Amino acid sequence: MIAHLRRSVVSILVFTAVFGFLYALAGTGVAQLLFRHQADGSLTSYGSTLIGQNWAGTPCPGHPLGSCVFHGRPDDTGPYAADLKARVAGGDNPLVANGVPGESGATDLGPRSKVLLEDTRALVAYWHRMGVHPTPDLVTTSGSGLDPDISVQDALVQVPMVSRATGIAPSRLRALVARERQGAELGFLGSPYIDVLRLNEALARLVAASGR
Amino acid sequence: MGFLWTIVALVVALGLTWRFLGSYMEAVFDGRVRYLAWLEQPFYRLLGTGPDNEQSWRRYAGSAVVFSGAFLAFGYLLLRIQGHLPLNPQHLGAVPPALSFNTITSFVTNTNWQNYGGETTMSYFSQIGVLTVQQFVSAAVGIAVAIALVRGFSRRSSPTIGNFWVDMTRCLLYVLLPIAFLAGVVLVSQGAVQTLAGPARIHDPLNHVTQTIPRGPVGFMGAIMQLGTNGGGAFNADLAHPLENPTGLTNFLYIWLTLSIPVSLTYTFGKMVHSVRQGAALLTAMALIFGIWVGFTSYAEHQPNPAVAAAGVVHQPGGNMEGKEVRFGDTSSALFNVSMTQTSDGAVDSATDSYNPMGVFGTLTGMMLGEVTPGGVGSGLYTILIDAVIAVFIGGLMIGRTPEYLGKKIQAREVKLAGIGLLVMPITVLVLTAIAVSVHAGRVGPLNHGPHGFTEILYAMTSQGNNNGSAMAGLNGNTAFYNVVGAIDMLLGRFGVLIPAVALGGSLASKNVVPASLGTFRTDNAMFIGLVVGVIVVVGGLTFFPAVALGPIVEQLSHGRFF
Repeated sequence: MIAHLRRSVVSILVFTAVFGFLYALAGTGVAQLLFRHQADGSLTSYGSTLIGQNWAGTPCPGHPLGSCVFHGRPDDTGPYAADLKARVAGGDNPLVANGVPGESGATDLGPRSKVLLEDTRALVAYWHRMGVHPTPDLVTTSGSGLDPDISVQDALVQVPMVSRATGIAPSRLRALVARERQGAELGFLGSPYIDVLRLNEALARLVAASGR
Repeated sequence: MGFLWTIVALVVALGLTWRFLGSYMEAVFDGRVRYLAWLEQPFYRLLGTGPDNEQSWRRYAGSAVVFSGAFLAFGYLLLRIQGHLPLNPQHLGAVPPALSFNTITSFVTNTNWQNYGGETTMSYFSQIGVLTVQQFVSAAVGIAVAIALVRGFSRRSSPTIGNFWVDMTRCLLYVLLPIAFLAGVVLVSQGAVQTLAGPARIHDPLNHVTQTIPRGPVGFMGAIMQLGTNGGGAFNADLAHPLENPTGLTNFLYIWLTLSIPVSLTYTFGKMVHSVRQGAALLTAMALIFGIWVGFTSYAEHQPNPAVAAAGVVHQPGGNMEGKEVRFGDTSSALFNVSMTQTSDGAVDSATDSYNPMGVFGTLTGMMLGEVTPGGVGSGLYTILIDAVIAVFIGGLMIGRTPEYLGKKIQAREVKLAGIGLLVMPITVLVLTAIAVSVHAGRVGPLNHGPHGFTEILYAMTSQGNNNGSAMAGLNGNTAFYNVVGAIDMLLGRFGVLIPAVALGGSLASKNVVPASLGTFRTDNAMFIGLVVGVIVVVGGLTFFPAVALGPIVEQLSHGRFF
C-alpha cells in the first residue's frame, strides 16, 4: 500500500509534466511553427472563418425587409425566436447560442418538443417575411451553435432576397454561390458546404465593383 | 454515395490499423519495443520497480486503484485552486467542489462526462495539467488491465500477470504519445486551434459585429481525447465546435482515432494467445453489432425531424438537421455518434438530444450493450472477454461439460467473477436512474418534457455508468445531485468491472492449459461468434428493454404529439 502510494505520487508528478505540459507545449510549438494561421483560429480581418456570425442584424439602408448579405444558420444569426428563460437557443450574440454567454452548444430540444415546434414556426415566419422559402438548415440550429457554413441550396433560396436589396442580378448571385461551394473533403468525407463569411466577403466585393 | 465511401474508407483504414497497430502493441507489451528504453529505465528506477518485478493480480489491481485514487485527489486539488495557477488568460476562478469532484472522477475513469462548459470553466492550466494528462493516463490504465487479463489466458500456472507500472508506462510512451502527437499536427493543419493566447476579439466591418473567438490548447487535446476514447474536454459543444473539428476530414480522423486502439487490441489479444483467429472472432462479433447499429441509426437520422416538419418545412432531404453541422451532414454525424457510444468515447459532433427517437435508441443502446463493440481502450477488450467467458459457460451448459476458453478451464470462480463484471454496470445504471426519477432533485434536471425528458436521465446514468461521457446535453447535470450521483455511477462502472477483470486474469493465469481434444468447444468459429453476440445482446437487451421502452420507444410511437 505504502509502496503503491509512493509510486503513484512519483508517477503523477512525472506524467503531469510529460503528458500534460510537455505534450501540450511541444504541440503548441509545432502547431505555431507549421500552421500558425489555423492554430490561431483561422482569423481574417472579418473574423474567424470557422465561427458563424450574426448576419440577421446587418443594416441594409433602404431595404428593411431585404438583406445585403447572405444569412447563416439561425444559431449564428440568432434564431429570431430566442427565449433565454426557457434556455432556448438564441440571442443576437453568436456566442449565446445555448443561453450561456461565451459557451458553445446546441438547443438540445428533442424532435417532439413543443418549444422546438414554436421556435421553428417563428423562424419559418421570419423567412417568409424576408420573402424566402426556407430550407431545413435555415430553420434548425447546429450542434455547436456556431455553424459557419450553409449548403448550396440554403444559399440559393436566399438569392431573390439578396438580389432585391443589392440590385445584383440573380444569375450573377447564383454564379457567385457556385464559385464559393466547397466540396466534401477528398470528395466524400462530410458534406459540401459554403462558408458564409467568405460568401459575404465575395458578395461585398461584387457590390463594390458594381458601384452601389 | 459519399457516406458509402466513408464507410469503405473507414473499414480499409481500420483493417490496416488492426493488423499493424495490433502486432505493434503486442511487441510493446512483450517488451520487445525498446527505442525509448533510455527514458523508461530511469523512470522505473525512480519508481523502484521494473519489468522483472512481476505482480500478482492483487498487487496489479491494487496499484491501478491506488494510482487512480491518488490522481483523483491531486486533480481535485488543482481544479479547486485553479484561480491561483498560471496559464489562465480568462482569469477563471476555482471550479466549485461538487463540479470538481464530478469532473475529476469523470476524467480519471476515462468517462469525460462534461457537467462543465469548457470555454467558460476551465483555465488552460486545468485543460493541460488536469484533463489532458488524464486522457493519456486513464486510457493507459484501461489498456494495461486488458493486457493483464489476456496474460491470464496466455500464461500457464503463473502466479503473476505482469507489472502495472511497466504496462502503463509502455502504453503511454510507445502507443499513445507518438500517435496522438502526429494526429495533433494533422488536426491543427485542418483548422483546430492550438495556442496559449487567450480568446481573440475581432470586429467585422461587414455586419458590425464583434466576434469573440474562444481558443486554447485544443487540437492536441482533441487527438489524445479521441485516441484514448475519452471524448470530452475543451469546449461545451465538444467536437461539434468548428475550432476543434473543422472539416469532414477531421471528423473522419476523430472516428478512426477512437476506433483504432479498441479494434487493434483484438489482434494484440490473438497474437498473445498464439491464435490471431481467436482475436478475429471477437472482432467479427464487434463488427456485426457495430455495423447493424450504424445502419439503423444513420437511417433514423436521415428521416425528417417531426417538429420541423410540423412547423411547415416538410421536405427535409438532408435528414434531421436540428443540432447537426452542415459540414458533416446527417449520416456522417450518426456514424460519428455510434462510433463514440460503442466505444467509451462519448464525444459528440451533433446534439444527441435533438436526434430522432430511433437515433437516440441507437446511441443509448450502444452504451447499454456494455461498450464492447469495440468498446473503450482496454475496457472494450476486457469486457468482451468477460462476455466470452459467459458465452463458453453457456455453451458448456448446453453440451454438459466443463467449459474451456483458450485451453483454460472455466470454473465456478471464473464464472462468478465474470458474472460480477457483467452485472455491476446494469444494476448501477438502473438503480441510479430509479433514484433520479424518484427524487425532486433528479426530476428537475431534464430540459425536455414527456418521454424525451426521461430518456435524458436514463441516458446520463447509462453514459456515466459505462464511462462513456456522451450526453443528451439538455439535462442540467451541474447540480449537487447529478454531480455526486454521476461520480458514484462512474466510479462503480469503472472499478466494478476493472477489478473483477484483473481478478479473472489472475485466476486464469494460475491454471494450466488443457490440451484441445475433439470434444473441445471451438472459440474461433461462427458458432462462437453467434454465442458472444447473443450474450451481449441478450444481457444488454433484456436488462434494459423495459427502461428503453419508456424512453425512445414511447417517443417514436407518439405520432403527432408534442410535449
